[in-house]
Amino acid sequence: MATYGSNGLSALGDPTRRAIFERLGRGPLPVGELARDLPVSRPAVSQHLKVLKDAGLVVDRADGTRRLYQLNPAGIEAMRAYFDTFWNHALAAFKDAVEKEDS
Amino acid sequence: MTDTDTAIAVRRSVTVNAAPERAFEVFTAGFSTWWPLETHHIGKADAAEAIIEPRAGGRWFERGVDGSECDWGFVTAWEPPHRLLLAWHLTPEYEFDPDPAQATEVEIRFTPKDGGTLVELEHRGFEKYGDPEKIRESVTQKGGWSDLLEMYSKAV
Repeated sequence: MATYGSNGLSALGDPTRRAIFERLGRGPLPVGELARDLPVSRPAVSQHLKVLKDAGLVVDRADGTRRLYQLNPAGIEAMRAYFDTFWNHALAAFKDAVEKEDS
Repeated sequence: MTDTDTAIAVRRSVTVNAAPERAFEVFTAGFSTWWPLETHHIGKADAAEAIIEPRAGGRWFERGVDGSECDWGFVTAWEPPHRLLLAWHLTPEYEFDPDPAQATEVEIRFTPKDGGTLVELEHRGFEKYGDPEKIRESVTQKGGWSDLLEMYSKAV
């Protein structure tokens, strides 16, 4: 588990990898589709995916001729990390809603 | 090593500039005004709204633009304006799982603070999502994932 832990911080500390991670939270995608949504090249996305895979956050599988990437379903920490960022954003939106209605 | 060591949770808090009554009301009755429905819903149809029924035992569900309904979970404790407990019946594949034993829990506490409200959220039960042995390894390892994510969340 040493590599799992030591790679975790750098894996999610990078904004592009965080964007990829959050995007995959909505469902599996091939590299091409991920690259289309992001301001980085396809090889760069592949490189980021490799880091996320090494950290145990993402897994890939063959789907016909394509390769699909998804959050590691067996990875509790992937889920936890996902909801950590999710609730952070959701509570910020909640705060905005409370204070908007209050004014 | 006790069982509590394997309980894996997310804890987040936010302070809002409003009374607990208002905060509780917006969190529950106003759920659709702040929840990211376009990206976080599980029904086949686009979600029109998501509803938390205002009572213990109430449903937590989404209603699609076509009128279809899709369950998310249930209200386990309804204690306005201080506390809300939701059972989130969600699988790792983001589908509804009717088995209560597999549900994660979301507890929200609303506490008056400096004229506003401290809203503390704990989402727990992630240990149900994986191999118990691996979890024990990762949470007991000093400097492991939990610590790193803590540092990460502070850096964001």
